[in-house]
Amino acid sequence: MPHHTLHMPCTEAEIRNLCAGDTVTLQDTLFGIRDATQIHMFDRGRRTRFDLQGHAVIHTAPNVRKVDPSGTNQAGYEAVCIGTTTSDRMERFTRPLMEREGVRIIIGKGGLREDSGKAFQEIGGCYLAVIGGAAALETTWITAIEDVDMDDLNPESLWRFAIRDFGPLIVGMDAHGGSLYREVQASVEARRAAVLAKLGVA
Amino acid sequence: MSVIPPPEKLRVTPDAIEEAAKLLYIRALKILPDDIKQGFFRLDASETNGLARSVLATMIENIAVAERTENLLCQDTGIPIFNVEIGRDVELDGWALKQAIARGVERATREHPLRSSVVHPITRVNAHSSCGAHVPVINLDFIEAPRVLRLIMIPKGSGSENGSFLQMLIPADGLAGVKRFVVDAAIKAGGKVCPPTILGVGVGGTSDLCMHLAKVAATRTLGSVCADAEGAKLEVELSEAVNALGIGPQGLGGDSTAFAVHVEIAATHITMNPVAVNVQCHSARRASATFTPEGVVIGF
Repeated sequence: MPHHTLHMPCTEAEIRNLCAGDTVTLQDTLFGIRDATQIHMFDRGRRTRFDLQGHAVIHTAPNVRKVDPSGTNQAGYEAVCIGTTTSDRMERFTRPLMEREGVRIIIGKGGLREDSGKAFQEIGGCYLAVIGGAAALETTWITAIEDVDMDDLNPESLWRFAIRDFGPLIVGMDAHGGSLYREVQASVEARRAAVLAKLGVA
Repeated sequence: MSVIPPPEKLRVTPDAIEEAAKLLYIRALKILPDDIKQGFFRLDASETNGLARSVLATMIENIAVAERTENLLCQDTGIPIFNVEIGRDVELDGWALKQAIARGVERATREHPLRSSVVHPITRVNAHSSCGAHVPVINLDFIEAPRVLRLIMIPKGSGSENGSFLQMLIPADGLAGVKRFVVDAAIKAGGKVCPPTILGVGVGGTSDLCMHLAKVAATRTLGSVCADAEGAKLEVELSEAVNALGIGPQGLGGDSTAFAVHVEIAATHITMNPVAVNVQCHSARRASATFTPEGVVIGF
């Protein structure tokens, strides 16, 4: 499978070049976002001062240490452990993230559903799978917490991370309607009857 | 007339409990128990799907990175659970124990620091202490061993906890209904619960006991077997069934969906047939402290 390196922010053409199953390494910038962040942004009308056009967001709420703002820690936070949460809970925010904020990439674990897949296809976006629960490793790909917005929601603030060699990530859903999750689900459904039969369940 | 002296009691001070609670919370988040590590190696050796093998390799690498960098395995600090096992001849102020555990959890959160993952369920306000109403969760059990007090700490992650299912089946649904429910729960949970998992199944009891049994099963040591022979038989059958579904690590396909399916049973009512599923993710974290008159031993 092809491997791609993307410098953030990226273009629609770069996204449409990715296919489900490819691997991707991200460079430069990544935004952290979570349930509460998006509930406040899209259900309660809050706006962020960050420009998310062409950027990637990751479903996360990090462990951080408060420090005096200095050097690479201008936001007053140092990373302790930054990982990824289950994406499915945030399914309904994919389209508004893309339409209103211009986000191109969503990174998470466990996948998103068909509506997100349609948004990726129509607007030009993709879902990149990171390995959930591998946060100690993921933290080594983050070089600094550069900035933070909506920090009253801490730890579910909107975070801006500086990253280096963030990945490899797996293209789980692409801009052409491809989805590894749909493929696996179809295969699981097809196996269900045989599995139940072997258990003696009619 | 001979006088038998009363047995000497084990006394553990609240300060010792507080220190242990703090230490266990942090340790559990950083070092995976040996039985889970072995589980990974076993899955890695038998996995046939290429992508699944690379996913397992990343998980195994993460265990090493966490130990080398003394960092948390997973960002999810979970809901802190303490299973407290109290042996015979232990003198304990239960109220003080409860307070000491909460203080230890709060200190771990503020002093390490850790993300407090605990909020008020209605206001969603986070006190940044990992504590709140009824949290940390404390489960008490009484054991026969003399002069032993054991704390088992489990930081229960939310991705897997959201994969919890309960159904009050009826006797006419039979064991077939129980099996179908478990298979469908595994399908519904899919990749959201961070597989490979330990799928905990509770069979019988009341609704609340059934759910609790599922949690006990999900957090049991890998390699342990249900004490009930019928439950043990069900474990083998369901482990094979769940891993034949092809969900795979992270739900991306493969043979390694569950390290194991664990079953716990309780007697139930003639009209009832309850079944519950609770899931433990691959970051199946656990740490324990065992107090005896000789001192305290830290383990898993």
